[in-house]
Amino acid sequence: MITFDQVSHTYPESAQPTLDRVSFSLSEGDLCLVVGPTGSGKSTLLGAINGLVPHFTGGRFSGQIRVDGRDTTKHRPRELADLVGYVGQDPVRGFVTDTVEDEIAYGMEQLGTAPMVMRKRVEETLDLLGIAELRRRPLTELSGGQQQRVAIAAVLAAQPKVLVLDEPTSALDATAAADVLSAITTLVHEVGLTVVLAEHRLERVMQAADSMLWLPGDGSVRHGGVAELLAQANITPPLAALAQVLGWPTVPLSVREARRRATGIQIRPRPETPTSHTELAVGATDLQVRFGEIKAVHGVSLELFAGTITAVLGRNGAGKSSLLWALQGALTCGGEIEVAGQDPRRLNANQARRLVALVPQTAADLLYLPTVEAECGQADVESEASPGTTAALLTRLGMQLPPDRDPRDLSEGQRLALVLAIQLAAGPKVLLLDEPTRGLDYQAKAELHQILDQFASNGTAILISTHDVEFAAATSQNLLLMADGEIVAAGPTADLLTSSAAYSPQMSKVFSPVKVLTVADVAAGLWDPRP
Amino acid sequence: MVLERTQTLKSLHPLAWWAWAIGIGIAVNGTTNPLLLALIALALVWVVLLRRSSAPWARSVRAYLILGGFVIAMRVFFQIVIGAKTGDTILFALPEIPLPDWAAGIRLGGPITAEALAYTINDALRLAVLLLCLGAANALANPRQALRSMPAALYEASAAVVVALSVAPQLIESGQRVLKARRTRGTNTKGLRSLASVILPVMADSIERSMSLAAGMEARGFARTRGLPVRGSLTLMISSSMLATLGAFVLLSTDFRLLAVGCLVIGLVGAGFGLRLAGKRLAVTRYRQQPWRVRDTVVSGFGLLAAVVVLTIGGLNPNDLSASLLQWLDPQALFPSTDPLTWPQLSVPMLLVVGLVAAPLAVTGKDRIDVTESVRNDTMVRSLRPKAEILVTS
Repeated sequence: MITFDQVSHTYPESAQPTLDRVSFSLSEGDLCLVVGPTGSGKSTLLGAINGLVPHFTGGRFSGQIRVDGRDTTKHRPRELADLVGYVGQDPVRGFVTDTVEDEIAYGMEQLGTAPMVMRKRVEETLDLLGIAELRRRPLTELSGGQQQRVAIAAVLAAQPKVLVLDEPTSALDATAAADVLSAITTLVHEVGLTVVLAEHRLERVMQAADSMLWLPGDGSVRHGGVAELLAQANITPPLAALAQVLGWPTVPLSVREARRRATGIQIRPRPETPTSHTELAVGATDLQVRFGEIKAVHGVSLELFAGTITAVLGRNGAGKSSLLWALQGALTCGGEIEVAGQDPRRLNANQARRLVALVPQTAADLLYLPTVEAECGQADVESEASPGTTAALLTRLGMQLPPDRDPRDLSEGQRLALVLAIQLAAGPKVLLLDEPTRGLDYQAKAELHQILDQFASNGTAILISTHDVEFAAATSQNLLLMADGEIVAAGPTADLLTSSAAYSPQMSKVFSPVKVLTVADVAAGLWDPRP
Repeated sequence: MVLERTQTLKSLHPLAWWAWAIGIGIAVNGTTNPLLLALIALALVWVVLLRRSSAPWARSVRAYLILGGFVIAMRVFFQIVIGAKTGDTILFALPEIPLPDWAAGIRLGGPITAEALAYTINDALRLAVLLLCLGAANALANPRQALRSMPAALYEASAAVVVALSVAPQLIESGQRVLKARRTRGTNTKGLRSLASVILPVMADSIERSMSLAAGMEARGFARTRGLPVRGSLTLMISSSMLATLGAFVLLSTDFRLLAVGCLVIGLVGAGFGLRLAGKRLAVTRYRQQPWRVRDTVVSGFGLLAAVVVLTIGGLNPNDLSASLLQWLDPQALFPSTDPLTWPQLSVPMLLVVGLVAAPLAVTGKDRIDVTESVRNDTMVRSLRPKAEILVTS
C-alpha cells in the first residue's frame, strides 16, 4: 500500500537530513505505529505519505514514495486527498468550516462527490465515530476528544484507503484518548483501512498495532514488529521498562500479557512514604471560579506543603487550569487563598510571581525575544535577580541550550525547561504547572521528573495538572482528582491510583493487588532470592 | 447543549432573506420620512423576532439596534456641537466658542435650531434603519450559508471570506491567552517592548495557525481541479462585465434608456454564463444545498417591490401629475421638508412598502402539505413528548 524507496528529505534551513535514505513498505490493512523522540522526523515521515512533504513544506527531497501506486512527487496533496486522509497534530487548526456536519462534508465537496452519496456518507461516518448527536454543534464548543473524533470523521467521510494521524491523543485526557484510539482500532478491524499513527503514549495502542516504525533520531527508520523493536528502542513505555527490569526477552504488548508472564513473581509493595507534613505552603478554602454561567471551580479547598509534589488529574474541562490560575491569583474568584501569609490576588504581577510561579499550558506564549540569552537576561531583570541567575538555573535543570538559539526553534522539552527557568528565577515558594507533559517523549518526561524532584527537595511546593497518569504516578506524592469543578478525591498518590480503575498506572494493573505504581517501585520491590 | 432536532418548517433560502433585506435597504435609502422609517424598522424587527432560528448569529439584531441608536446619538451630538445652523426656531443655545478666521464655516456651540436637529435626526434615522436591514439579514440567514450558495467559479473567493471571518475571534482568543500568560512574568517592561511581548507570540501563533489551516485544506483536496479552465471564459466574463458597467453608466447619466437596458441585460447574462463556464473547472459539489423554492422568489420579490415602489414614487415629477394622483402618491412626502418644519405625512404607497417589509411573515409560515387524516390519529402522542429544543445547560 505504502512504499518508501530510498527517501531522503532535508528542510531548507537545516544541514542535517531529517529522513536519510529511508526504505520500507506497509501492506494494506496494517496499523503501523510511528515512534521516536521529539524532533526525530515523525511528522516529516507522516507528511511525506500524502505529499505535504515536500510539496507544502519545501526542502530537498529525493527518492520515491508510492501510495496505492501513485507517486507522491508527481501528485500534489490535493490530488491524493481521495486516497490519503491526514489529521494533523492540532485538529482545531485544521478545521475549515464551523459546524460538525459541514466539516465532515467539506472533504467530499472538494472531491466532487455527488450530493446524494455525500448525504449518505455523512450519516454513516457520524455513526461510525459515534458523534451523531453533535452534528449541528459549532466546532469550537466541542471538547478536545470530540474535536479529535470530528477531525477523523471529516477525513474518513471521503473514504480514503490510508489514514495518517499525527499524535491524535496528545491533548486528550485518558478517557477521551481511549475513545479515540478504540475508534481507530475499530476502523482498522472493520473498515480495512491502512492506518499510520504517530503516538507518544504507546501504552494504549501498542497491543493493536501490526508493525512499528522506529525513528532513532539520526534520520534512519527501522521497520519491524512492535515487540521486537520495543526491546531495542530507546522508547520505553512502562511495559518495555518492566521487560528490561525483569529480563524478559520481548516486551509484553498488553497489561493482560504482562500479568500472565508476571505470575509467580513476588513483589514487595511500595513502602509507605511517611507523610511528613512539613510547612504549609498554600492554603485555599472554598475556591469559586465562575465564567458567566459556568462554574469552573466550585468550592475547592486544598493544602499544598513545602517540598511535596501534588498532581491534579481530571477530564478536559474539569476545572484544573482554572484552579491553577486561581491559585496564582490571576482570576477574580471567591474563597480564601493564603500563600506565605499573603493573598496572591491582592498582589501585583511582580510580587505575585515571587510567591507563586505558573507555567501555562502553551509555554511558548511567554517567550518573545530572539535568543535564549536575551530571554534569560530579561528574566533576570523581571525578577530583580542578579545577572546570570536564570542562565545558572537553566544549567542546573540539566539543559545546555545554545545561548544564540531562537526559543521558537527549541524542542518542546527544551522550551519547557527555558520557561521553567524564567519563572523560577524569581525564587517562588510555589510552582504550578499546567499540562507540562504535552508533546514530551518518555525521555523528556523523565528529565522533567528529575527537575521537579530537585526543586521539591529544596522546599518548593509543586502542583501539576496533567492527563498523564503514568507521569503523575511517577512524580507526585499527593493527588487530587477533579471532576465538574470539584475535588472528588484527595490523598496520597499511591492510595488513590491503586484503588481507581480509570486512573491506575499500568504497573499497578499488572501487579494488582500489590501496591506498586512505577517500574522503579517494581525494581525496588523485587524479591531478591539471594539473602 | 443543543440536541439534534428534526428540520424546522420555516427555513428559507439564505439568499432570499438577503435579497429581501437588500431591497428594503434600497427603499430605505430613498426616503428620509421619519414615520416611514420608524414603521419599516418596526416591521423588520417584528419579522426577525418571529422568523429567526435559534443559532448564535440569530441574536445579532440587538447589536444592530444598539449600533443604530449610537449612530443617531453621534449625529445629533455633532450637529449640536459643530453643525451648520439653519432655520430660525431656536430651541436652546450653547455658549459659542469663537474660532480664528481660517476656520471659517465651522462653529463650535451656538444656538441650536429645531430645523437643523430635525434634518439630522431624519438623515441619521435613514442610516440606522439601513444598518438594521443588514442586521435583519444577518439574523435571519447564516452569512456563511449564504456564501456557500455562491456559484462555483466564486468558490475560492468565498472560501477565503469564510476563513477570514474566523480570524478575528481567533486573534482575540490568542491575544487574551498571551496577555494572561505574560502577566505571570511580571510587568517590568514598558512601552514598545511590552507591546512586542504580546504581539510577537500572537503573530507567531496566528502564522502557525494559518499554516496548519492551509495544510489541512490542501490535504483535504481544496482547489482540486477537474481540468483546465474553459478557453475564453475569462474574456467572456471581462467583456460582459464591462458591457454591464457601460449599460449602468448610460442608464444613470443619459436618456438612451433602451440602449442602456440592452447593454445591461446582455452584460449580466454574459457574466452569468461566464461564471458558469469558469465554475466547470472545479470539481466541487455542495452538501445539502438548500433548494430555491417558489416562496424564496416571493420573499425576495417583496424586497425588490418595496425598492421599486419607493424609487418610482421618488422619481415622479409632481408637476406632471394630476391633483388627485398627486395627493394619493405624494412624492414629496418621502423627503419631508425640515425648513420650514413640517410634520411628516404618510401616504398609501408608504403603507404598502411597510406591508411589503412585513409580508414574509405571511408566506414563511409552516409548509402546507396535503394530509390524509389517519383513522387512528396518534399524532397527539408525539406532541406530548418533551421537546428536543435548545437546552442551555451551564
